[in-house]
Amino acid sequence: MLLFIVLAMAARAASAQDFLARPDVPGHPIPTTTFPEPRAGELEYLDVLALVAALALSSYFALARRSRRGLFLLAVASLAWFGFWREGCVCSIGSIQNVVLALFDPTYAVSLSIVAFFVFPLVFTLFFGRTFCAAVCPLGAVQELVAVRPVKVPAWLDHALGLLAYVYLGAAVLFAATGTAFVICEYDPFVAFFRLTGTVNMLVLGGSFLLVGVFVGRPYCRYFCPYGAVLRWLSRVSKWHVTIPPDECIKCRLCEDVCPYGAIREPTVEQSLAERGRGRRRLALLLLLVPILIAVGGCLGRFTAVPLSQMDPTVRLAERVGLEEAKKVEGTTDASDAFYNTGRPAMELYREAVARRQQFAYAGLWLGAWVGLVIGVKLVHLSLRRRRSEYLPDRASCISCGRCFWYCPGEHARLGLIQDT
Amino acid sequence: MAGADEKTSRRGFLGDGVRVAGAIALGGAAGFVGGRRGRNDEYVWQIEPDECVACDRCATCCVLDISAVKAVQCYLMCAMCDLCTGYFELSPISRDTGAENQLCPTGAIQRELVTEEAGVPRFEYHIQEPDCIGCGKCVKGCAMMNGSLYLQVRHDRCLNCNQCSIAIACPTQAFRRVPAGDPYLLKSKAREIVESAERRVERRE
Repeated sequence: MLLFIVLAMAARAASAQDFLARPDVPGHPIPTTTFPEPRAGELEYLDVLALVAALALSSYFALARRSRRGLFLLAVASLAWFGFWREGCVCSIGSIQNVVLALFDPTYAVSLSIVAFFVFPLVFTLFFGRTFCAAVCPLGAVQELVAVRPVKVPAWLDHALGLLAYVYLGAAVLFAATGTAFVICEYDPFVAFFRLTGTVNMLVLGGSFLLVGVFVGRPYCRYFCPYGAVLRWLSRVSKWHVTIPPDECIKCRLCEDVCPYGAIREPTVEQSLAERGRGRRRLALLLLLVPILIAVGGCLGRFTAVPLSQMDPTVRLAERVGLEEAKKVEGTTDASDAFYNTGRPAMELYREAVARRQQFAYAGLWLGAWVGLVIGVKLVHLSLRRRRSEYLPDRASCISCGRCFWYCPGEHARLGLIQDT
Repeated sequence: MAGADEKTSRRGFLGDGVRVAGAIALGGAAGFVGGRRGRNDEYVWQIEPDECVACDRCATCCVLDISAVKAVQCYLMCAMCDLCTGYFELSPISRDTGAENQLCPTGAIQRELVTEEAGVPRFEYHIQEPDCIGCGKCVKGCAMMNGSLYLQVRHDRCLNCNQCSIAIACPTQAFRRVPAGDPYLLKSKAREIVESAERRVERRE
C-alpha cells in the first residue's frame, strides 16, 4: 500500500504533464454525462401574482375595510407562502441588490420576476402607504406576530437607530454595485427560520431579533430594513394612507400610546413668536450644515475604503497570496490553494486587487457622503415645524398594521357597537 | 374659504404630480433594467471546477437537505484506473467494492468492469446521483490523478436562491453566476481534450 501512496504523491507532484489518457476500449462507447436543464420558472410568476394579490388585499383591508383581523390573517398567509413555503427567496428587500447590480453591470441579467418584486411594493406604497410592510413582507409578518409586549422606544433613540437603515441601504447598494456581495441576503436574520436550516450565527441573530421583537416592535423593519428606508420616503407622498379614526378625530387621546411602532403623532401646540423665530434660525443653520456634513462624510468615507475592500474576496485573496509569497505566513488557505491550482500569475491577481481597491476608494467616498446626507436630512427633518390638529399616523414610520383602529371610539361607532352622539 | 381650498387643491395637484413622476420613474427604471437583459440569459449558480478545492461545505451549506451540488464524472478525462484514488480509501484493505474500501460515505460511486488489457482490468466509475451528497471526497481523491471527478450544481435540484448560501460559505471564489443558457462548466483540462479531439477529427477530414 505504501507504493500506492507514493504513486499518488508522485502523480500529484507531476500534475498535468503526467495526465493518463483514457484507454481506447473497442466496442465500448464513452458514456456521456447528463446535464439537467434549470428548472422552469413558472413558480416565480405565480409568486408575482401572489405578491400583487397580497398587496391589493392588504391595501383593501387597511384602507377600505379597516380590518385588523384581515391584515393579521393576511400576514400569516404571507408568512406561510413567501416565508416558509418559498423559503424567503426572492424577496423585495433583497431585490434591491439585483436591480442595483443590473444597473451597474450590463452583463448581468436580472429576472423579470425579481424586477416585479422590486417595483410593485414601491408603486403600491406610492398610492396606499406601507401596506406592503403591514401584511405582505414575510420578514415583517414574523415580527408582527411576536410583537406582544411592545415598550415605547424614546424618541431620540428611535430617530438615531432609524438612521441605521439608511446606512445599511447605502452599504448594500455599494456592495451590490461593485459586485462584491449581496449583504442583505447574507445577513437576512429570518431566512434561516424560513428554511429551517442555516449557520449558527444566523440562527442566533434571527433568534435575538425575534426576542427583542417581543418588546421592541419590529426591530428589523424600523432600524435595519433597507427597503423600508425607501418605502418611508414613498409613503410620505402616498395618495392615500390609513387614518386612526374612520372619519373625524375627537382628540380623546385613547390612541396616544397604542402604536407598538411609535408612529402616532399627537396634535401640535401653537408656538409663540419667539419660539418660531428660534426654530426658523435653527432650520436655516441646519440647512447650511447639510452640505458640510456631506463633505465631511465624504472625506471620512475615503478612510473606509480599505476596510470596505476587505469584504471583496479578490482583495482578500491577493493580500493572502502576497503574504504567502513574501513568506510572512506559513501554510496556505483553501482560497490560495485554489488560486495556485489555476496557475495564474500572482501579478495578475495583484493588479486586479489594486483596481478593486481603487473602486472602493470611490465607493467609500460615496458611502461617506451618503451617511452625511442622511444625518443632515434627519436633522433638518426634525426641526421642520408641522401643524397637526388631530392624532395622525406618521406617514413614514406607520406600517399600516391597523392596531390603532380598535382604540378609536369613532371606529366603535362606525361598527355600530356604540351610539354616535 | 376659497384660499384654503385653493391651497389644498394646489397641494393635491403637486402631490399627484410627484406620484405620477415617481411611478413613471419606477416604471422607467424597471423597463431599463428589464430591457437591459435583452438577449442575455438569466443567471444561475455554478461552480468553476478549476477553482474548487472540494472542501465539503457544499454538502452541508445548501438550503436543501441534500445538497444540489453533486459530483460529476467527466468520462473523457477518466483513465479508468483499477486503483482509483477517487473510489478507494488511501490504503484500501482490498481492491474490491467493500464499503470499508470506498471513499464515498454513501457508496454513490458504481464501479463497472469494462475490459481487461493484458491482465490490467479497466473500470468505468459512475456517480449514482440520488445517493451523492456533494461532499467532494471522491473529487479530492481523484485530484491526485486525472481529476475527472468534479463538483457541479445540478440544476434540476437547485432552487437558485438570490444569494446562494454555499457561495457565502465557499472558501474560494469558485461559486459564481453563469448564464442559464449554458449552466454547466467544464474543467479547463476537459475543454483542452475536447478541443484536441475536434482538431484531430478536422485533420482527418
